Amino acid sequence: MIAPGKEDSVVINLDGKDVSVPSGTNLVDAAALHGKEIPHYCYHPQLSVAGNCRMCLIEMGTPMRDRGSGKAVLNDDGSPKIGWVPKPVIGCATNVSAGMHVKTESDVVKECREGIMEFLLVNHPLDCPICDQAGECRLQEFATDYGRGYSRFVERKNVKPKRTRLGPRVTLDDERCILCSRCIRFSQEVAKDDVLGFVDRGSFSTLTCFPGKELSNNYSLNTVDICPVGALTSTDFRFKMRVWFLKETRSICTESSAGSNITVSSREGQVYRITPRRNDLVNDSWMTDSGRTLFKTVKAENRLVFPSVSGSRVSLTEAMDTAFKLFKNKRVGVIGSCKSSLEELFLLSQFCKATKAKKFIRGHFGEDDGILLSADRTPNLRGALVSGFANKYPKSDLSILNMALQKGELDTLVVMGENLLDSKVDAASLSGTEVVFLGTHANETSKLASVVLPTLTAFEKSGSFINRSFYVQAFLQAIPGPAGLIPDLQILSNLISSVDPESDLSPDLKKIWIAMSRVRNSPLKGISFSDLKQGTVQIDGSKWKNMPFVEKSALHHNPMMKIK
Amino acid sequence: MRTKDFAATNKISLANEYHRYNLKSVIFMISKKIAKEKRIILKHADDPNYSNKIGCYLRKGGYKMLEKSLKLKPEEIGEEVLKSGVRGRGGAGFPAGMKWKFLDRKSGKPIYLICNADESEPGTFKDRQIIYKDPHQLIEGMMITAYAIQAKLAFIYIRAEFFEGAKILERAISEAKEKGFCGENILDSDYSCDLVIHRGAGAYICGEETGLIESLEGKRPNPRIKPPYFPAVLGLYQCPTIVNNVETLCNVRHIMKMGGDAYAKLGKPNNTGTRIWCVSGQVVKPGYYEFECGALTLGEMIYDICGGLHPGRSLQAVIPGGSSAKVLRADERFTGKMKDGTEFDWGIEDIPLDFDGPMAAGSMSGSGGIIVMDDTVDMVQAMANINAFYAHESCGQCTPCREGVLWMRKITKRICSGHAREEDADLLLSVANQIEGRTICAFGEAAAWPTQSFVSKFRDDFIAKAKHPSDEKSQLQLI
Ligand SMILES: Cc1cc2nc3c(=O)[nH]c(=O)nc-3n(C[C@H](O)[C@H](O)[C@H](O)COP(=O)(O)O)c2cc1C
Ligand code: SF4
Ligand code: SF4
Ligand code: SF4
Ligand code: FES
Repeated sequence: MIAPGKEDSVVINLDGKDVSVPSGTNLVDAAALHGKEIPHYCYHPQLSVAGNCRMCLIEMGTPMRDRGSGKAVLNDDGSPKIGWVPKPVIGCATNVSAGMHVKTESDVVKECREGIMEFLLVNHPLDCPICDQAGECRLQEFATDYGRGYSRFVERKNVKPKRTRLGPRVTLDDERCILCSRCIRFSQEVAKDDVLGFVDRGSFSTLTCFPGKELSNNYSLNTVDICPVGALTSTDFRFKMRVWFLKETRSICTESSAGSNITVSSREGQVYRITPRRNDLVNDSWMTDSGRTLFKTVKAENRLVFPSVSGSRVSLTEAMDTAFKLFKNKRVGVIGSCKSSLEELFLLSQFCKATKAKKFIRGHFGEDDGILLSADRTPNLRGALVSGFANKYPKSDLSILNMALQKGELDTLVVMGENLLDSKVDAASLSGTEVVFLGTHANETSKLASVVLPTLTAFEKSGSFINRSFYVQAFLQAIPGPAGLIPDLQILSNLISSVDPESDLSPDLKKIWIAMSRVRNSPLKGISFSDLKQGTVQIDGSKWKNMPFVEKSALHHNPMMKIK
Repeated sequence: MRTKDFAATNKISLANEYHRYNLKSVIFMISKKIAKEKRIILKHADDPNYSNKIGCYLRKGGYKMLEKSLKLKPEEIGEEVLKSGVRGRGGAGFPAGMKWKFLDRKSGKPIYLICNADESEPGTFKDRQIIYKDPHQLIEGMMITAYAIQAKLAFIYIRAEFFEGAKILERAISEAKEKGFCGENILDSDYSCDLVIHRGAGAYICGEETGLIESLEGKRPNPRIKPPYFPAVLGLYQCPTIVNNVETLCNVRHIMKMGGDAYAKLGKPNNTGTRIWCVSGQVVKPGYYEFECGALTLGEMIYDICGGLHPGRSLQAVIPGGSSAKVLRADERFTGKMKDGTEFDWGIEDIPLDFDGPMAAGSMSGSGGIIVMDDTVDMVQAMANINAFYAHESCGQCTPCREGVLWMRKITKRICSGHAREEDADLLLSVANQIEGRTICAFGEAAAWPTQSFVSKFRDDFIAKAKHPSDEKSQLQLI
């Protein structure tokens, strides 16, 4: 007997077992909630349902009702009689309803899957040995589960174009395409750039761009991610690495305040690609193309790889000692960065306390694309607010710092990666001021600096950012930093203890989180760093609700709902 | 001799064969009154004094039924059509009155009417007779239907190859508009509905109603998944839509003329009205013939109406309802029980020509395209030809049809080019079985049924190809 479910859930019978599932879900998702995989290709939870691959065929029945009275028809044993649909139905387009019976493991279902697999393979080139998708290919996976293991196809396979340039970043192998239309639906529905379509008919159908168009929008590489096979490939990643060698690390995109969840794939200390990681609160399964190239900065020419004093390479200890002398009993100004992690900004605030420094910070702003590139081009502006480093909404320059400098109020500046000279600070105002520069890459300011302390990129350290919707999200270290360098947090805690030997601030993330949550009225209260590793945590941002945040409505972001 | 092979393999005596093809038909002809055509839809079409201009149509009482209908409540027309029991003439035979009832009228969205004039089922050439010779009949039927369902706009989706037909319809519509039978305030009533012609671009799948709707919307005619996209709820532009065949819509006019009850007396219960049968293949007089449903049998159609087979030939097989219908073998026996409980035991000639008869025989009356094949036809070649058609016409959207149908085509093509293998028959069957019932639209069945029936009923012909790859008949390409 089917028991009544909770209000917003229904009870269905899945392969003989009654289970409760949220109402409105389709059978692919509902079954997955209970550990049953219904294999599928064309269905994608964040796209419209096409129902074309037919891999998700299952058997389905609903309780029979008497036509006249509308009453449930019962079996002899009193259980409701199930009217099975005579033909298999597709799970992806079938929504659950109370009392529905579903068979996902019957002979008919298995036979359907075997049939579909065989059909998908008859004209498939099977170039797995040279195919980028190998190792993460749904066709390979389901062929293992439902393939015959031998071929009944003795005819000639269809021939199609093998390397079509769809756009600057995407290359198509049409022979591998299983025509699931995911890429087309993504372009229409998410990227809102309708450029892909099929031409020709039947088995000769071919994916292509519309005449005169190309797949060049800033989301084009998502089509590569959602392509269940190796048809759409990233022109950059193509033929570079076998995916099974890659180590995957959970991280957050630093491109803007959208905070897309990403996976960093690396091998032997080198990042090979960045792909989006599904988070239905933040970025669904998408990210920008531009965000995917950020790992290239790790090995950029202007990367700072050794500490220096007045332009000459020194040991880290020597550089720290020199820096210490520059702010001991001096009037210090600290220029923080919205690109630093929440934890770094917190330690930096503590450093400011210890040195009684004045705090400055600027924002970096651009156009909002309404999806995942937000107008705030830093990952952690809200982190600057929450950590207590900033108490005003940052402007797009440092003219306030310039004024302070002109008045001669500051002897030493500690700059966190920013370039003062493109922030409305005149070179002239800087004369007579010592600069201690902490950053990953050289810029005009680092060149002026007396002391340069190289720091690590987001790929080389761990921490957290607070995104545009006040979601705190952790990023984890994917690769080691350049030899001899230490994490930013370590540098900061060393600097603090050099000024204030009493300080017990440790560079350990767990301990920083304990310290942060102890701050009075902190919205971080009750959260630990390990919570963030479980997933996104939203915090109460109401304290800042009147700030002039620049982000517009976008995917999963409603500026009107700044507060929790 | 071919008949001999047949008989030997199917344990049917030669004497029996002789009787079937000669004596029996002779006795038939002298002993039985031959059913006469009953032309309702095609009443004037072939009258030498009749033209497709509006004047001719008006002289024969044209548009009177529209005038009458506009005075009724829309529901009353729906009621008459329901009572008439008229079933769709496009292929599936679904009762039109019921279909109209499924319309989602609560949504508040505009309702559309579409006439399916894509007539592309091989072996079918009835709708074109109406379009070319009596277009105003269709327009009148459509305007009555549009009023009955309260359509905001009506469309005729016409197949690309009917260039002339589209022109004729264009002209007919402008004539009708001039006289106030269509457009604003039809016949001075409050009801307005325009009629738009849309020409296809040459694809069979545009005849499938949801593919048609996509095409009408300006997209690739990829049929939609059902659920949720039932046209009566989420049709053209996601609005409630009725799609009916040309012949079905013409019938509406005659239902209004006779009244639903009187119309229902034509033909047989559940098989009401007349049907236009299109007979092609090896008969002496191929052509289109309009009969009351069930008024004659397949045998009478072939031997009495179409003049029988060519001299010296014998019947090998018949496809009763367009190429998608399962083939019937000349020496099959069809036994079973009809829905009403009456038992039947038919030879191929005894199958009544209506909706239920061919269905009971395991096939269907489909689009009414009867394709007759005599003993000169190489059934494997015929199969190859049909597969070539379906492989070319599959829209390619869903896996089983897209891959399966081309595979079947590749196999039959290979068999016919002298590279047959014994296992091909089983392979073909298996591929067809993997398509049937697993696709987005009924094209899957339309493509699987021919293979399933040809291979299972003419299995020896397929096996023989492997044994004698150079059969002299494989030179002939007869359909
Ligand atoms: C592959 C395929 C092709 C079809 N082609 C036609 C066609 O050419 N003309 C037609 O009237 N119906 C065709 N149909 C049937 C239509 O989908 C639809 O059922 C019909 O137009 C409804 O009209 P009716 O109820 O008046 O028969 C086709 C169906 C399928 C599956
Ligand atoms: S798409 Fe998959 S199955 Fe096809 S060649 Fe690539 S890895 Fe192999
Ligand atoms: S390229 Fe990939 S995503 Fe696009 S239709 Fe083909 S298989 Fe699907
Ligand atoms: S069954 Fe064939 S024609 Fe119909 S949707 Fe699928 S591929 Fe297209
Ligand atoms: S996943 Fe359901 S049809 Fe493709």
